[in-house]
Order: sequence, then C-alpha cells, then structure tokens
Amino acid sequence: MTTVHLGMPLVRAPRGVGMLREQEPFPAAARRALADPQLRANIRRATGTIRDKRQRMVDEVPDWEQLRDAGSALKAATMARLPELLVQLEEQVTARGGTVHWARDAHEANRIVTSLVQATGADEVVKVKSMATVEIGLNQALEAAGIAAWETDLAELIVQLGRDRPSHILVPAIHRNRAEIREIFRREMPGLGTEVPADLSDVPAELAALSRRHLRAKFLSARVAVSGANFAVAETGTLAVVESEGNGRMCLTLPQTLITVMGIEKLVPTWRDLEVFLQLLPRSSTGERMNPYTSTWTGVTPGDGPQELHLVLLDNGRSATLADEVGRSALHCIRCSACLNVCPVYERTGGHAYGSVYPGPIGAVLSPQLTGVQDNASLPYASSLCGACFDACPVKIDIPRLLVELRAQHVEARAEEHPVPSAEAVAMAAAAWTMARSKRWVRAQRASRIGRLLARRSGRLPALPFPLARWTSSRELPVPPEETFRDWWARERG
Amino acid sequence: MSAREQVLARVRSALGADPEVPSVPRDYRPAGDHLPGAAELVELLEDRLRDYRAGVRRASREAVPQAVAAALAEHGSPSVVVPPGLPADWVPGAVVDDPPLDVQALDRTGAVVTACAVAIAETGTLVLDGSPDQGRRAVTLVPDLHVCVVPVGQIVGTVPEALARLDPLRPLTFVSGPSATSDIELERVEGVHGPRRLEVVVVED
Ligand code: SF4
Repeated sequence: MTTVHLGMPLVRAPRGVGMLREQEPFPAAARRALADPQLRANIRRATGTIRDKRQRMVDEVPDWEQLRDAGSALKAATMARLPELLVQLEEQVTARGGTVHWARDAHEANRIVTSLVQATGADEVVKVKSMATVEIGLNQALEAAGIAAWETDLAELIVQLGRDRPSHILVPAIHRNRAEIREIFRREMPGLGTEVPADLSDVPAELAALSRRHLRAKFLSARVAVSGANFAVAETGTLAVVESEGNGRMCLTLPQTLITVMGIEKLVPTWRDLEVFLQLLPRSSTGERMNPYTSTWTGVTPGDGPQELHLVLLDNGRSATLADEVGRSALHCIRCSACLNVCPVYERTGGHAYGSVYPGPIGAVLSPQLTGVQDNASLPYASSLCGACFDACPVKIDIPRLLVELRAQHVEARAEEHPVPSAEAVAMAAAAWTMARSKRWVRAQRASRIGRLLARRSGRLPALPFPLARWTSSRELPVPPEETFRDWWARERG
Repeated sequence: MSAREQVLARVRSALGADPEVPSVPRDYRPAGDHLPGAAELVELLEDRLRDYRAGVRRASREAVPQAVAAALAEHGSPSVVVPPGLPADWVPGAVVDDPPLDVQALDRTGAVVTACAVAIAETGTLVLDGSPDQGRRAVTLVPDLHVCVVPVGQIVGTVPEALARLDPLRPLTFVSGPSATSDIELERVEGVHGPRRLEVVVVED
C-alpha cells in the first residue's frame, strides 16, 4: 500500500497485551471451529436472524444510499482533519469540566485508567460494553492492580463469567446458546453472592431477569464506571453511547466518577453529523429503527450524573493505520457488525478463529493494520472476497479491496525475507495493482470477458492463467457478466 | 515528548502535508413530509412505540391527570416520583424529587412520570433533556415504570429534525421503548436494567 511516512515512526499496538492478535493462524483455528457443530449452528441461526431484520429495516429508509454516502464522506473528512479536531475536542471537554488524557498504546491507557481508579479509592468498577477496553486488555490490567471490573452488558457478562472471549462485535456471546448460558450462571453466580434458583430454566427472559438481580446492587453502589464511546463531537465535546439494556445508562449516570476510553478515530466534527450516524448505526447493527437507549453527555452537569469525568484518547496503532492512504478507511468503521453477519466465512468459523476482539471482515483488515501485518499474517486471507461486506457496510468501507491490498503487503514483507517470489506473491501483487486504479480494473474486467467465452461450456472458470493460477485453483471464480456494470452504465447513462 | 504531543505528531505525519478534505454530500432527507405535530406523525409514533411494546394512550390537555393515573394503575405502581418542574396537578400524591432522592429511595419507587423534549415519529424515540419537567437522569432510570407525557407539538418526523431542536450541552437520553436485550439467541427480552415498562401519553391540543 502507499505509505506516507515523514519522519515520525509508525507505532503499532504493542505485543503481549490486549486482544488484537491471532494466537494461531486463522486456517488452523477455523478448522477447529468447523469441527464444532454446536458452535456453527448457534452462529448460523444468529447471523441469519440479524441479517433478515437488518434488511427489512434498511429497506424502510428511502434515503439509505444518500446516508451511506454522507457517512462515508464524513468519516473521510474527519480523518483528514483529525489533529485539529482532536485538539478541539480536548478544549471543549476541558472547558466543561472534564479531563482529557492521551495514551500512545495499550500499556499507557491501562496505566492511566488504573491510576484514575486508584485515586478514587475504589477497588471495583462497573463497565459498559466497550471494544476499546477489550482491545487493550483493561480488565486484566485492573485485576493485576487489585481492582475488580464488572461487565454489565448481558453478553459481556456471559463472556466474563464463562472465562471466555467475545466472538462478535455486537453480540459477544453469540456462540453460546441458552442452555450453555444457564450453566454458566448456575456455576458462577453463587460465588459472587447472587442466589440462583434451583429450578432456573433456560428461557431468555428468566436468564435476563437473573442478570438484572445480579447487577442491581452493583449499579446502586458503584462509585466508578468505565465506558467506551460510540461517537465524540469535536465542536461541543459531547460523548455518545448507544445501547439497549439500560446498563449503559446505569454506568453513565449513577457513579460519581466516569472514565471513558475512546479510539482517536471515533470523532465527528459537529453535533449535526450525529444525525447521519444515529440513522445508520441502529438499523445496520441490531436491525432496529432505533436502539432502546442512546445517552449523550457534555462535560459535567451539576446535580445530574457523575461529577468527575475523564476521557482517555487511545492511539494503539491507529496513527500507523492512518499513515496508509488506502488502509486508513478501516478507521471509518462504526462497529455496527453488519459485515460479520453477511460474511460466509464468519458464519462458518465464528469470531474466535480471528483471534482478535475485531472479528469478521472488518477485523481481518483492522487487526493486521493495528498490529502490523506480520502479527496477524493469516487474517487478510480469511475471506472469500465475495463483496457482501462492502454492500452491507453503512459507511461504505471497501473491505474486499483492503483485504487484497493487505495480502499484497504481506507477501511483499515476506518477499523481503525470501527473495524468490512465490506464485501467490505475484498473484496478490497483480490483483492489488489492478484493483488500485479504476482504469486498470475496467481493462481487466474487459479482458476477463475472454475468459467468459472460454468458460461457456462449464459455466464457471476452471482457473486463471499463471500467475493467478495458484490463487484460483482453490476457488470457483464467477463467470464475468456479458457486459460489465461500468459498460452498461456508460451505455445507458454515459 | 508528552503522550499528547506524540500522538498528535504521529497523526500529523501520517496524514502528510495538506491532506485533501472531501466535501460531505447532504442530500439525505433533512425532514419528513409532515410538519411537527401533524396527525400522520402522531399515528406513526404510536405505531413505532407499540412495536417496541410500549403502551400508548391519547388525552386532551385537561385529561392528562386521568390518563397518567390510568397508565400507573395498569401496572399497579403504588409509589411515584416526579421531577420538580412537572405540573403539580398531573400526578397528585407523587413524591417530588426536590431535594433529590438518594438511589436507594429511587430503587424503592415504582414509577416516574415526566414530560419530554422531542419525539421522533419515524424511529419511535422520545428524547429527555433534563429540563425541570423531565428531571435528572437517575429519576427516569431507576424506577421500573416510566410514564412519559408528550404534547403533539413536540413530535417531529426525522432524526435530523430532532437533533436540530436539541441542545447538545444538556445531558440527553434517547428512549426507544423499554430497555431490552437480544443477547440470548437473539430473542428480544424487555426490561433488563432500565425501566421495564414504558407508557406514553400523547397530549392533543
Ligand atoms: S466495517 Fe462497516 S459493516 Fe463492518 S462493522 Fe464496521 S461499519 Fe459495520
């Protein structure tokens, strides 16, 4: 990929902390997941359900494509102005009684949060579901300092009590079914002081009611909360959390101290910009017109909510991702999880196989960029490049193109170690080169129509000629259409 | 170098000199087809709220106390708290949150009755902005039943219309139905940690 690099070192997320790296190569982890029929059934049922709901809700919005265009441009404009907007956010938050902290990486963010909690004298915190804090391994860091961190989102609670790892952005316990969840609650809750009825059934309403009882006392007595943020408005210093259960409101409202950890890419320039994302996010993620609760807060409000507010701005590989002109668009992600639910690879392997808190198509591009592609070498290959993720993405991140670029980057890095290029290296470099410029892409599509003629008899292309042969030998390449979309457009509208 | 300076320097160098700032197309709908308070919007809001399994009833301005009483009675809520700015005759006998109740007392309270700032018909959303008739956030969070009184004039069609009416410097809560989770096999369950019931009284002028 084209990398702008003017003197400042590219710094990636550090090793040995948090949850961004594959523990084993994706193919090996995926193979194990594929051998677990329970897991596969749980995930297939869940993604299928959300997929249908999401489509119904998206179809209801007449200006969906216009909203996607606005969302995409807004994110690109935000990235281009990031330094100025971050400074503006800091000024606004500070002016309204909050304190802003900057963290270069996961270690630094963990240190900041730990010392902020210690300064309050509290030995426990309640937590709102937050990808950023899983990414940096905050719970483990707090635990090492003798501070208990209680996850309050039902799915995160299931994951935490099950000593498990999240497997989906939106529904981290998507890989568990009701019977498994009942077992986790029965086993773990009594030790934490919550009585579990002997005849506890596995009806979701009953399990949810038990989690309500389990956490109520914690909410009412908590003095410190830790949250993430879905959005931050530079113009006003406003932070926003989008949620369903009300556990978010509990954490954001009842404790005396609120510590929010947020990636530096989560900004939007103005209050008005939220009108775009508050329409795109709920329908894309849970397939609802609007999620049950969205909270926004701007600094401290006397007599209402926490009186001490901290905002930790986290880099942890984001500036390095930003240095890549093409790859930086992965930072536009609003974590809706739509791309996971439409991905045929995710549907079969589940989220654990990706080894990162960010699984699925977006994880396959974001994780290797945050850590450096060598640390997540197999992830860019964890996709069939079918393009469903691009169509689903509310901010139009071209994930297939990013995957191809990353594969090229990875084989380039490997080629430095092994001077003789592998067939795959040549193929990937050629594919990336072709997709990088639209003219070449058009030409390649045209050329591929020759392939269509060859394929007429069998209905599919047997393989591509060398050097692409290795790549297609294990994939069925769709037959190119008689007329490309671009040709059609030029003929009809040009 | 401090962390702040270093992060900012890294971001600047990552972007290079004068990165191009794309312009943002805003040709999405700024507003719906109906003026605030139009009968179509009232119906749409009702439909959306019922979809979230919230209760909805309509009342004239004079009949608000009766409608609120009926909503409370439906859920058998004996104790009710109201923010200090709510019209005193709406909920006779309610405890006024002034001085503020502590959370334990709120936890023992069955219901809360408030006004609202803006309602969004297309998404079935009520927005509370902490005004005196809506109260601080804890009041609408801890009790189990929330009865929200919405004059039709506050009902707008779209999200952009709503944000334009709101003051971002106030703490805002967007409420779309009662609290819910879909974390267990994606089966929707109402009432996890927030209020388990939402009742809306739409006030027609
Ligand atoms: S990449 Fe797009 S579709 Fe995937 S989670 Fe992010 S915003 Fe959603």
